[in-house]
Amino acid sequence: MLPAALRDAALAALVAGALALPMLGFRLVDSASGLTLAGRFDLVAWAAGLVFCGRLLIRLLPPLPAFPALPARLGDLRLKAGWAMAAIALILPFLPFADRNLVDKATMVLIYVMLGWGLNIVVGLAGLLDLGFVAFYAVGAYSYALLSQTFGLSFWVCLPLAGVLSAGFGLALGFPVLRLRGDYLAIVTLGFGEIIRVILQNWQDVTGGPNGISGIERPSLFGLSFKAAAPEGRQTFAEFFGLDYSADHRVIFLYFLILALALATNLFTLRIRRLPVGRAWEALRDDEIACRSLGINPTTVKLSAFALGAMFAGFAGSFFATRQGFISPESFTFIESAVILAIVVLGGMGSQIGIVLAALLLVGLPEWFRELQQYRMLAFGGAMVLIMLWKPSGLLSHREPTIRLGNAP
Amino acid sequence: MSRSDRPAPEGLLLNVEHVTMRFGGLFAVKDLSFSARSGEITAVIGPNGAGKTTLFNCITGFYKPQVGRMTLHHPDGEFLLERLDDHAINRRARVARTFQNIRLFAKMSVLENLIVAQHAALMKASVFSLAGLLGLRSYREAERAAVAKARHWLERVGLTELADAEAGSLPYGHQRRLEIARAMCTDPLLLCLDEPAAGLNPRESAELNRLLRSIRDQDGIGLLLIEHDMSVVMEISDQVVVLDYGKKIAEGSPVEIRRDPAVIRAYLGEPDDTELPLTGGASC
Amino acid sequence: MEYFLQQLINGLTLGAIYGLIAIGYTMVYGIIGMINFAHGEIYMLGAFISLIAFLAATTIGGSSVPIALVITLFATMIFTSLWGWTVERIAYRPLRSAPRLAPLISAIGVSIVLQNFSQLAQGARVKPLPPVFHGGVTLMEGGDFTVSLNWLQIVIMALTLVLMLGFTWLITRTALGRAQRATEQDRTMAALLGIDVDRIVSATFVMGAVLASVAGLMVTLYYGVIDFYIGFLAGIKAFTAAVLGGIGSLPGAMLGGLLIGLIEAFWSGYFSIEYKDVATFGILVMVLLFRPTGLLGRPDVEKI
Repeated sequence: MLPAALRDAALAALVAGALALPMLGFRLVDSASGLTLAGRFDLVAWAAGLVFCGRLLIRLLPPLPAFPALPARLGDLRLKAGWAMAAIALILPFLPFADRNLVDKATMVLIYVMLGWGLNIVVGLAGLLDLGFVAFYAVGAYSYALLSQTFGLSFWVCLPLAGVLSAGFGLALGFPVLRLRGDYLAIVTLGFGEIIRVILQNWQDVTGGPNGISGIERPSLFGLSFKAAAPEGRQTFAEFFGLDYSADHRVIFLYFLILALALATNLFTLRIRRLPVGRAWEALRDDEIACRSLGINPTTVKLSAFALGAMFAGFAGSFFATRQGFISPESFTFIESAVILAIVVLGGMGSQIGIVLAALLLVGLPEWFRELQQYRMLAFGGAMVLIMLWKPSGLLSHREPTIRLGNAP
Repeated sequence: MSRSDRPAPEGLLLNVEHVTMRFGGLFAVKDLSFSARSGEITAVIGPNGAGKTTLFNCITGFYKPQVGRMTLHHPDGEFLLERLDDHAINRRARVARTFQNIRLFAKMSVLENLIVAQHAALMKASVFSLAGLLGLRSYREAERAAVAKARHWLERVGLTELADAEAGSLPYGHQRRLEIARAMCTDPLLLCLDEPAAGLNPRESAELNRLLRSIRDQDGIGLLLIEHDMSVVMEISDQVVVLDYGKKIAEGSPVEIRRDPAVIRAYLGEPDDTELPLTGGASC
Repeated sequence: MEYFLQQLINGLTLGAIYGLIAIGYTMVYGIIGMINFAHGEIYMLGAFISLIAFLAATTIGGSSVPIALVITLFATMIFTSLWGWTVERIAYRPLRSAPRLAPLISAIGVSIVLQNFSQLAQGARVKPLPPVFHGGVTLMEGGDFTVSLNWLQIVIMALTLVLMLGFTWLITRTALGRAQRATEQDRTMAALLGIDVDRIVSATFVMGAVLASVAGLMVTLYYGVIDFYIGFLAGIKAFTAAVLGGIGSLPGAMLGGLLIGLIEAFWSGYFSIEYKDVATFGILVMVLLFRPTGLLGRPDVEKI
C-alpha cells in the first residue's frame, strides 16, 4: 500500500514538475534590451512538492464521504427549504449584521439566481445547450438604457419592453438554428453572444462603444425617487415617508426589486413546468424522436423555451442597467455565460433550489474574496472542475414528477 | 373514448402504393404496395434487413420515400402521409407508433409520459399556456380529462400501481406496455408497433397478445405490427405482409402465409414442403 | 489584384494556424463527443511555452536561429502535450460516463484555471518578441503595392503541410490510428475487442495538443505578441472551423480553418476589421442552415 502510494505520488510530482518547468520556472521579463527570462526554479520545486503531498494524502486517506443521503419524500423537505430561503431573503436587509455591503452582494447573487432560473428553462428543462445566454442579458440592459435615455421612459415601462425585445432576439436567433443538433446549437449561440458583444463594442453612435452608456436612470417606487433631492413637483422616498435621506434606501429597494423579479421567475417556472408546454420541454430533453411521434412539434416547443429564457435574461439585464447606472460591453463577456451555465449545471439541471445553492457557491462566496482578484478566478475555475468531479449530475439532481396519480385533479 | 367517429371495421384504413425508399444506392423498400384495415391486425414480417422498420419510418413520417403514395383514410377525409411532417402525422392523420428500442421519456414518471402524449389537446385547452398559467377552470377540466384517459390506459396495461415511478426505472416488459399505452393516449386510428414482443418472456408475450387484441376489438382501430416472434404473428394477426429485400413477396392470412413457397424460401433458403415453424421463431 | 493576392496569402497563413487548432477539437469530439473547451487554452500555453523555449534556446545555444527553432519546436510539443494529457487525465477522464454537460462545465473550469494561471505566472501584459525572420520573396510588384510572401509564411505553410501529411499517415496507416478510428465508431465495441480506450483517448488529447502547440509557436513567431487571453478567441474560431468543416472530419477541420482564415483576411481587407468575427459566425450559420453537418461532415441518417 505505502510503496505503491509513494511511487504514484512521485510520478504525479514528476509530471507536476514538468508542467511547471516552462510556465512557472521561467518568467518573461520585459527589460530594456527586449524580452528576457528570469529563472524561478524554487516555484517548480514547490509545485512538485505540493502535488507529491497532495497525491499521497489522496491515496492514503479514505475517500470523500458520499453526499448525505436525502430523505425519501424529498418533495416536502424541498418545499420547506424553499420557503425558509425565501423568508430569510425577505428579512435579510433588516437583520442586525446586514450592512450595505452585504445587501449589495446579496443583490449580485440574486441577479445570478434569476439568470440561472432563466437559463434553467432553456438548458435544464428543454435540454438546449445555450452558450451565449449573456447576449440576451446584454440586449435587456442596453434596451433599457437606450429606451430610457432616448425616450425618457421610466424603468417600469422599459422593464417589460426589454423583456419583449430580448425574447424577440431569442426568437430571431432560435428560428433558424433550433433545428440543428445539440452541439451545433452550442457553437451558434456562442457565436451569437460574441456577435452581440462585437456590435456593442463597435457601434459607437448607438451603444457608446467600449465606453458604454452612463447616467442611466435609476428606478423609482411609484414615482418616488431615491435621490437626495427630488426633481420639480416630485417627492423623494425619504420625504414621502418622513425619513431622513439615506443612500441605503436605494440599496435596499434594489435588493427587494431583484428579489421580486427572481421570485416571479421562479413562480413562473414552477407553474409552467406543470403545464403542457413545460412537460413538453422535459419530454423533448429526454427524447426528441418520441416527441415527434406523439404529435409534438419540436421547433415550436424549443422556440418557446428559448424565447422565455431570453425574456427573463432581458428582465435581469434591465435591472442590472438600472442598478449600475452604467453599462459597457465588458459586463457581457463569454465568462458570464459560462458562469450562468455552470450555476445551472452545478445546481442539478432543472432544480430550482439547486440553482440558488450553486449561485451562492459560485457568485456569493467569491464576492467575499474580491481583494484576491486573480486568485479568486483561479479558485473559481478550480471549484467548477472539483464540484463536477464530485457531483457530476449536480448538487440536487432529484426530480419530482409534476403530477401524481394520487393527488391528481 | 367515443368510437362513433371511427370508420366501420370493414373500412380501408391505410393504403400504401408503390413506395420506394433508397439510401444511397441501396433499396431499403422497393415498389411496395399493400393495405391495412380498421379493426384488423396487419403484421409485416420478413428476415432481418427486409426493410420493415424503414417502411414504418416512412409511414410515420420520419423518412420521406422517394417514390410512392401512402394514403390514410379517415371518416372525414384522406391524408397523404408522405406530404405531412412527422409530428403532423400523429396529430392530424392520427397515426401513432412505438419504437424497436423503446423510446420513453426516461426521467419522467409513468403518468407524465401519458400526459405528454396528450400534448396537443392540453395545449389547446391551456390557450398556449395562458389559461394554464392563470389556473382557469377550463384548463383544469381538460387536465382532469387527460388524467382520466391516462388512468384508463394505465389500467388497460396494468401499470396503475407504478403511475408515479420513473419511466426509465421500470422493468423492460413494463416499458414496452407503457410505450403502447402512451401511443394510445394520442387517440390514433392506426397504431404501428415495431417489434412489441422483442425481449419479452412467454408470459409477458401472452399478456401482450391479449392487450393487442383488446385494442383491436374494443377500440376498433387498425394495428400494423412488425414482429419477429412467429407465434405472436400467427396467433393474433388477421393479415400478413411478407417482405424480403425491400419487396413484398407474399400477402394473405396467417394460414396462407405459412404455406407460401416464396415465404418458406425466403426464411429457410431452399424450396421445401415443410411449413414454417409455428412457435419460437426467435430470429427468423 | 495585388491586394487580393496579398490578402489570400495572409488568410491562408492565418487559416493554417486555425486549422491546426481545429483538428484538436474535431478529434476529441469525434472520439468522446465532448467540446473540449480548454483546447484554446492549450494553444495559448503552447504559445507561451514556445516563447520561453525560444528565449531559453537562444540564451543557451547561441545565435543560430534555425537550431534554436528546432529545439523550440520539440520542447514546445513535449511540454504542451504534457499539459493536454494532464488536463484529460484530471478533469475529463473521471467524467467519461457522467451526464453530457458535466465534462463541458469541467472543461470551462479548466479553461478559466489555465487562463488565470498563465496570467499569474507570466503577468497580464502582452509579450512582444522582435521578428525572428527577415525578408521574403516578392511575388509581384504592382504600381504602388507589392505582394510579398515572407519566409515565415512559407515556413508556416510548409510546416502545416508536413504535419498534415504525417498526421494522415498516423491516422490511416498505424495501429494507433486504426484503434483510434475504431474507438471513434463504437467505444464499447472497441473496448470489447481489447483496445485500451483510455490510452487511445489520452493519445488523442496528446495529438491535439501537439498540433495546437505548433499553432502556438507559429503565432508567437508570426505576430510576435502574445498574452494570456489569446486562447479564448482562437479557441472559438477554431471550434467554429471544426463545425464549419464538419465536426469529426479531419480534412474538414483543416478546410474550415483555411476558410475562416480567408474570410477574416478578406473581410478585414475589404470591409471592416471590427466586424470580421460577425462575418465569420454569420457564414457559419449560413453553412449550417444549408448543410447541417458542415462542409465535409457525413450527412447522418437519423437512426430510429
